[in-house]
Amino acid sequence: MIIRRSPNLGYSQVTPRELYLNRRRFLAAGSVALGTLAGLPQAIAGAKLTAAKSPFSTSEPLTPLEAITHYNNFYEFGTDKEDPSKNAYKLRTSPWSVKVEGAVAKPMVLDLDAIFKIAPLEERIYRHRCVERWSMVIPWIGFPLNALLKKVEPTAKAKYVAFESVYDSKTMLNSAFAGIQFPYIEGLRMDEAMHPLTLLAVGLYGESLPNQDGAPFRLVVPWKYGFKSIKSIVKIRLVEKEPPTTWNLSAPNEYGFYSNVNPERDHPRWSQAKERRIGDFRMRDTVKFNGYGDQVASLYTGMDLIRKYY
Amino acid sequence: MHTALSSRWTKALLFLLCLVPLFLLGWRYYHNQLGANPIESITHKTGDWTIRFLLITLCVTPLRKLLNQPQLARFRRMLGLFAFFYGCLHLTTWVWLDKFFDVHEMWRDVLKRRFITVGMTGFVLMIPLAVTSTAGWVRRLGFVRWQRLHRLVYFSALAGVIHYYWLVKSDVRLPLFYAGILALLLLYRLPGWLNTKHPAPAPKQARNTN
Repeated sequence: MIIRRSPNLGYSQVTPRELYLNRRRFLAAGSVALGTLAGLPQAIAGAKLTAAKSPFSTSEPLTPLEAITHYNNFYEFGTDKEDPSKNAYKLRTSPWSVKVEGAVAKPMVLDLDAIFKIAPLEERIYRHRCVERWSMVIPWIGFPLNALLKKVEPTAKAKYVAFESVYDSKTMLNSAFAGIQFPYIEGLRMDEAMHPLTLLAVGLYGESLPNQDGAPFRLVVPWKYGFKSIKSIVKIRLVEKEPPTTWNLSAPNEYGFYSNVNPERDHPRWSQAKERRIGDFRMRDTVKFNGYGDQVASLYTGMDLIRKYY
Repeated sequence: MHTALSSRWTKALLFLLCLVPLFLLGWRYYHNQLGANPIESITHKTGDWTIRFLLITLCVTPLRKLLNQPQLARFRRMLGLFAFFYGCLHLTTWVWLDKFFDVHEMWRDVLKRRFITVGMTGFVLMIPLAVTSTAGWVRRLGFVRWQRLHRLVYFSALAGVIHYYWLVKSDVRLPLFYAGILALLLLYRLPGWLNTKHPAPAPKQARNTN
């Protein structure tokens, strides 16, 4: 069932969804059709999804779809918050395939169809805390990453999971100026990856993912800063050693491998004690592990999360 | 050209023009056009305009000399004061909308975060310049001393650009662009500074008609 919380009729409901999500894409599509008659951009995400409710969901008010789709960090499509909503239409999400390989008994190459069939879809309303001190509440749709990992049967050598985003310098023209390396890479420790909160999201707000939010599927790790939740995944590799991660390579003292939300550990350039929930005027206190400490704090027992494993 | 530049109306027009960024910001805020995080947007835009007005102010003297338009100096003080004005707005967004007047927290940030340290330095350096921008203060200090004091503006602009460079996460194009312009403006002045035996004559306009 589709769970819609907001009874108010928003622009998102009045305007046809495609036009609403990306006005420029509409214009671009028109010009392509006029110009070359070569293919239009791929049919965009936006298919209705059926998902069961989850006990992991928060009851906090949802961030509006407009903000979730027009305030994005997806540096491949530009570094301004609104750039991805303007440029991400260039991402071809179909056909799509993801390689799952490495320390596994059954390596696989999955297409979109196969991905959607890995496990029953659930709606998970999670808090999302960006390292830049803003946060949202997002009704994701997806399934636990562990459902996929169990399918490929990790071997004893699988200690970490490395993820890789799609990268195409021809369509991601702005990426040359982003100042970080591409393809974007991220990683989790095995127990983090297997944790029931760790989600592979294929949709939000009752529909499949908009491109700017990481279509066709992405990681969501709600107790870590947003940049850990890698978008538009094409490769998942189970490995023995801690894999390199993009922001850590860019500034090792600012972005650690773990990057758990932690008000006690400042980003060297700003305090992480507070955050602004998008739509709020005042800042609110940031909660350790983004409020998921009851479920995940035990993963880090005895680890120095301030100086060493930040 | 000459008469247009010396007209009162030109100055009034420029004054209104300098208020356009503020007007646009207010308009967009009112019409919900500042995106999902309007406070962040206001902070960035007022900061941007502070640096821009500092650079515009530093353009006046080179333009005056290169175009041989001494009347241009009439606008320098106003442009500089607008840099201070946008700097005040920028600081206000931080003091109010980010720190909510938590003095302890602000002081900690100033001491601890180098991008805030340098940004605050840039702002503080502008205060004596704004205060002594009147003709009365030029007289009181004497032009030579007044001019020496107002060289602080170079450090203020430099601090502004460094503040911006240290603040961005990874895309440094815009801070580098501002740094490039500042470098050109400083390079233009370099021969004059090296050649201290023959200091550039003070522009008469700065002394009286301002």
